[in-house]
Amino acid sequence: MATDTLETVQLSNGLTCDIPSSSPLAKLLKSQRTWVGPSAKERMSILQKAKTVAIVGASPNVTRSSYFVATYLDQSSDYELFFVNPMADEILGQKVYKSLADLPVVPDIVDVFRKGSDIPAVIDEVLAIGAKTIWVQLGIWNEEAAVYGESKGLTVVMDRCIKIEHARFHGGLHLLGFDTGQITARKVLR
Amino acid sequence: MPDSTSPTHDREYGFKTRAIHAGNIPDAVSGARALPIYQSSAFVFDDTADAAARFALQKYGNIYSRLANPTVAAFEERVASLEGGLGAVATASGLGAEFITFASLAGAGDHIVSAASLYGGSVTQLDVTLRRFGVDTTFVTGTDPKDYDAVITDQTKLIFAESITNPSGDIADLEGLAEVAHSHHLPLIIDSTVATPYLNRPIEWGADVVIHSATKFLGGHGTTLGGVVVESGRFHWANERFPLFDTEVAHYGGLNWHGNFGEYAFLTRLRAEQLRDIGPALAPHSAWLLAQGVETLPYRMQAHVDNARAVAQWLDADPRIEFVNWAGLPNHPHFERATRYFPKGPGSVFSFGVKGGRPAGQTFIESVNLASHLANIGDAKTLVIHPASTTHAQLSEQQLLDAGVLPGLVRISVGIEDIEDIIDDLDQALTAASKGE
Repeated sequence: MATDTLETVQLSNGLTCDIPSSSPLAKLLKSQRTWVGPSAKERMSILQKAKTVAIVGASPNVTRSSYFVATYLDQSSDYELFFVNPMADEILGQKVYKSLADLPVVPDIVDVFRKGSDIPAVIDEVLAIGAKTIWVQLGIWNEEAAVYGESKGLTVVMDRCIKIEHARFHGGLHLLGFDTGQITARKVLR
Repeated sequence: MPDSTSPTHDREYGFKTRAIHAGNIPDAVSGARALPIYQSSAFVFDDTADAAARFALQKYGNIYSRLANPTVAAFEERVASLEGGLGAVATASGLGAEFITFASLAGAGDHIVSAASLYGGSVTQLDVTLRRFGVDTTFVTGTDPKDYDAVITDQTKLIFAESITNPSGDIADLEGLAEVAHSHHLPLIIDSTVATPYLNRPIEWGADVVIHSATKFLGGHGTTLGGVVVESGRFHWANERFPLFDTEVAHYGGLNWHGNFGEYAFLTRLRAEQLRDIGPALAPHSAWLLAQGVETLPYRMQAHVDNARAVAQWLDADPRIEFVNWAGLPNHPHFERATRYFPKGPGSVFSFGVKGGRPAGQTFIESVNLASHLANIGDAKTLVIHPASTTHAQLSEQQLLDAGVLPGLVRISVGIEDIEDIIDDLDQALTAASKGE
């Protein structure tokens, strides 16, 4: 049998592991993407260190994903939230800021609901206020922008939902039967 | 100081570790190490905003045990982890799992393509009840993917098959079926009850949804009914065949399953619509028994296939036996496929024919002493049955032949007793059966 090279793949539970590149699982998980982003452990660390989160592109429309994320973070996390949207005035009873530059604090995470082509401009705004982490939401992908952000020293998470990732490590995903990838014999705050 | 909430590694743990640990982190309040049984119909809200956000699916939280329950969630996450799926939804039985899955994807006027060789209850669910609801199923004889491709129409919503058929012992061509399904933007749904994720994980071969009757090998002890639906999270549901995934959902405030939940859409909808509306929820105590069973799944399944191999080889060499349908034997037509998909062995449920036809088969069944004559598979105990007069009795003669059930055929679910005792019992029953000739 020929020796097989190992390939790092991302599993559906968000973890990564090395498997032989000729295995059927590796073929199925093979991605055209070259940018990978932070591992599950690194994402958890980003979420645990943060105290403040700004949501750029936050919407007062209750059917939008950004409203789901805002409601979840408001009620199920300890983050102080700041909403940014030049077209909105109030979300969840809170003032909405016109731009990142208007925020009274430098947020630990800037969570972004904007189309892929807007991401480079958002990165420049993030850099301008001195924030360290940009979190680009599930379904948004701009590989060049991610590489650009990292080259400027930012921590970049992309095509991931901050609600889902927070819930993965705090019991929410588990409650609905999803595989969190969490294995531990220690008590975890659900 | 290590943070008590962080895993020490970004590590994918092994199958045996996950069978024991996945889905059960020690209780945050009591520290209970074993899985607690949350025998509660409903769960209190923090306040009205919390209640509203839970009902609107804006946040995660328990509401009512028909929708989700913490003990059931542990079982769901454990099976999802072992199958390599994104998540799971558990149900009261395997047929409950099939029904919510079919009901989520097909409605009146829609079409299903299914293998003809299925468990009898699955055939009747599709052929009787769903047909009466306006869902038409075409049953395909055999395992050639081309035959499945040929009957797909514009109304088709899914392809359904068992990875190891029961009782004919055929092996599905998982990769070939996945290729056909995906070329039509259809999901491949595999009933993997007989295989269990220890022997084969269909998602690794291209299946999109995996269904189990957990009553069988997952629970493993013949005590508890249950079912589970696992989904890969890879299928693109927002395609033209499934408009319901990409339209405004009025009963959830105008959300869009695909838009709001992305890869989580199928399982979120399955729970929030089908489990909500149809109601076959798994009971917490049942989930606890099944989750406990799964802890020893790898050890039991290895013992099951080891004993099955010994029994199949012994029967195959016995002159009183006409045929043995176990794909682990080199003379089985699917031997090579079984070697590829089931390197550890193609399960421990198979059939054989006793020489002397129907009366000899019946005498054999009535003569066993250690093997139990009952309508189940996947117990630690060895089980035998005569399908034509029991599990498949509702099927017509043609459906029987399509399902690979000959009139004199005996089905065995080889247990994990001492192999010498199992063979001794079969030997004395065969002696009794052959006296009547």
